[in-house]
This record gives sequence, C-alpha cells and structure tokens, in this order.
Amino acid sequence: MRTPVQFSLNGEEVAAFVEGGANLLDALRETVGDLTVKGGCWQGTCGTCTVLIDGAPRLACITLAETCAGRSIETVAGLRRGPDLHPLQTAFIEHFAAQCGYCTPGMLMAAKALLDRKPSPTREEVVEAIGGNICRCTGYEPIIEAILAASRAGDRRSA
Amino acid sequence: MAKHRGRGVAAINYPIGMNLGGDPSQALVHSNPSGKFTVALSSIDLGQGMKSVTRQICAETLGVPIEDVYVDTADSDTGPHCMGSFASRGTHRVGNAVMAAAREARAVMMEAAAEELEVDAGDLETDGRGNIRVKGAPQKSISVKDVAVAAQFRQGKTISGRGIFLVPLSDVDPETGEMSPATCYAHACLIAEVEVDDETGEVAVLKMTSAYELGRALNPKLVEQQLVGGAWMGMSHALYETPEPYYPDTRNGPRDFNEYLMPGPGDICPHDITVLERPAPDGPFGAKGPGEMCANPVLPAIANAIFNAVGVRVNELPITPEKVLRALKAKNGAPASRFR
Repeated sequence: MRTPVQFSLNGEEVAAFVEGGANLLDALRETVGDLTVKGGCWQGTCGTCTVLIDGAPRLACITLAETCAGRSIETVAGLRRGPDLHPLQTAFIEHFAAQCGYCTPGMLMAAKALLDRKPSPTREEVVEAIGGNICRCTGYEPIIEAILAASRAGDRRSA
Repeated sequence: MAKHRGRGVAAINYPIGMNLGGDPSQALVHSNPSGKFTVALSSIDLGQGMKSVTRQICAETLGVPIEDVYVDTADSDTGPHCMGSFASRGTHRVGNAVMAAAREARAVMMEAAAEELEVDAGDLETDGRGNIRVKGAPQKSISVKDVAVAAQFRQGKTISGRGIFLVPLSDVDPETGEMSPATCYAHACLIAEVEVDDETGEVAVLKMTSAYELGRALNPKLVEQQLVGGAWMGMSHALYETPEPYYPDTRNGPRDFNEYLMPGPGDICPHDITVLERPAPDGPFGAKGPGEMCANPVLPAIANAIFNAVGVRVNELPITPEKVLRALKAKNGAPASRFR
C-alpha cells in the first residue's frame, strides 16, 4: 500500500507516495530523485547513505520512509549555498579526502552533523563522528584532516 | 599481563606490471576543431588518479595547456585495448602509451601549423599556453585552435596519434628458470611500531615510518594519497581482513561489513612518509608506479614488530588476536619487551 509522506528536503517541502516498508534511501533516490544519497550495504553497516534527520546523522537505508513525515532531511544536494561550496566540500577537495568517492556523501553528512553540533571538535571527536562510515581507499587520515581543516576555517570566519 | 611494544622493518622490490603473455596498453589521442584534445583509453580510474596523470602526460607531450586535454575512459568495448589497472602498472604502461600517441599527434599538429605559417615544421615550438611559434621569432605564431580549424577544414588532416607500450613476454631459461618479468622496479622500506596485549592478543599499530622509491612522482599529491591509503590497506590485510575464523566451516564466514573486519578511523596511526624520486629510464617522464606496491611492505613489517614485541612468529595472515594468543600459549607467556 502506498502512503503519502511530506517532509522537508534541504529546506524545500517534498511530497511523495512511498510503498509501505520502503526505506528512506530508496524513497530519496527513486521517488524524489535525489541521487546524491548513495546506497552501499542496505543493512546499516557502511554509512555511505548517511543523511541528517532533524540535524542528527541517520542511516537512510534502515530508516522507514513513512517515519520521516514532517521531519527535516538534509543531503549533500543541499550542502552548497548558491555558487559556493560548503567549507567541508572545499576542505575535502583541498585535502584529497576522496579517491573513488563512494563514501564521500556519507562522510560529508556525518561531518556536517558534528560541526553543526560542535564547531571546533577534537581529533578524537572527528574520529568518533565518522566511526560508522567505511572508506576503502583513503586510509581515513585525509578525511580526518579535511574535517579538522573545515572546522578551523569555520573558526576564522566567526572570529 | 601486560602490553608489549615492538618494532619491525621490511623492505620490498616491486616489479611494475606483469608478465602474462606480454603486458601492453594502447592509447589514442586526437584533436577536435576547437583545438581541444581527447585521450581515448580503456584503462580504468578507480579513484587512484589515472585520468589526472595521463592528462598531465598528454598535455606535457603535446605542449598544450592541461585544460585543453580531456581523458575519456568511458568504454572498454570501443576504446583502445588495455590490460587493466593493477600491479602498479597504470602510470608506467598507460602513461608510456599516451606519450607515444601524443608524440605522433604533436608531429601532425606541427606539420599543420608549418603549412599555415609557411615555414618548416622543424623551426616551430609550442609555448605551452596554446600557441605554436617560430623559434627565435615568437611574433610569428598561430594558436593551436587555428591550427586545428585549418587541419579540419582546409588541409583535410586529422591531428591524431596512436600509441602502444608493450613489455614483451619474457623467455624462461629452461635450465635455471630465470626470467626478466619486468623492466623497472619500485622499492620501499617501512618500519612499524606495535603494541601487543598478551592478555587479549590484540595488536595496535602505533606508528609507521616509510620510504618509497617510485621513479618520478608525476603528481606528488596523488602519490601521497596512494601511499597513505595503501598503507592502511596493508595494515588491514596484516591484522583484520579474512573470511576466517568462522566456525565450524567457511559457510559461516563473513557475509557483510558487520562481520568482515577492517580498521576504522580510530585504528589508524601516524605515518611518516618519505618519497625518493629516481626516474625510471623507460618510464613516462621517469615515472614507475605507486599503486599496489604501497600496501606490500606493511604486512611483513607488522609481523616482524609482533615478533619483536612478544617473541612469537605468526605465519598466517591476518594476525588475529586468536592467533597471537595461541602462539603465546604455545611458548608459555610473553617475555619482557626487547624494544623500548
């Protein structure tokens, strides 16, 4: 049975019909058409489908789409503000924090959740924040460096 | 019950590419009438930077700005043949093929420019900014774009080139079995420092220090990226990744990321890397390759560090806590650390 669901996606109201039991990952990609959300394992273990729901990092592949009614969802598609990249995106580019790029959307959203909550995290807090996201290429170090650099860039802007 | 520190070292010689029936790769380069060049390859960029490096090689050989070169790896059905992205061979084999193709295309481009400028092609040079000029008389010049238009619409020429690089199959000496499987070798040496817990058998890697000699680093940031990520993968092979031990048989082996372990961001350690550049005589601009080889020295270095820490030799990978504990039990507990 299909259920109508309305939620906010990157600040815009979205209405969609979703199948009962459909997960948010499939709803975003196939029904809404936001292909910036990637599916890796579809069982909540790799983290690449991480999106923010009401500001908290959540695994879209094990979140029922129906439970998102009335909530605010953020994906990589909403990171840019006009022509400017988000400081995290800039830092990921500058620090070579991606190789194949498949984990990158999840890494960016997990990092955004952290920096939104804690603009100047320690290295340990960064490690903790991306601890649920698997990367097979970079060895994590460039990603950790990029997130710390983005937080420092944020410090400079607010100073 | 204690934690023991140890240090291990390993050095490798790594043959670039392989020797199965010869090791060729091909490339095609052509310009379109806008003066932009396309490199057609079947070689795959998995994120390691093949497209970036072949783009650099092509632009440098043609003498045009890098912005004017596009690398197309879209389709291995229709593209020129490549053996594949493995064995650290991409930069060396594919880079050489691209260089050969770009040289041939450059010769046609210079001939076409010579015809437009009514001079001898041997008197021309590129300025690297999209122009071709007469040596010693730079005011007499023509843009690559105008040359491309002239070649296409007036001269009826294709500015294009073909390239292949082949390391032939090595003969095997029937007496000794000796052969020459590769034409160039990369080298690396790595020191791993570990801490082994003799109660749990867990091994933590505390620090890695390495030196890699991989010919000329055509793109130093991409090389660094490969070495950092490759060392992580070596550590993963040494200590984590396995379909074992799952009991009672392999049907109960890992099926997903919950059960197939890899080190996470909390398991990595500082890694101090030095890159030594000794250009390879047969490499494109002296390059060898930093791909697969960068994971290799990590495994024996960690195994040696464990031996240095607790005096046990684990000869099967990965070196899981269970294997460490069984080895310690077999030798009646751990000795005092020999490394401080």
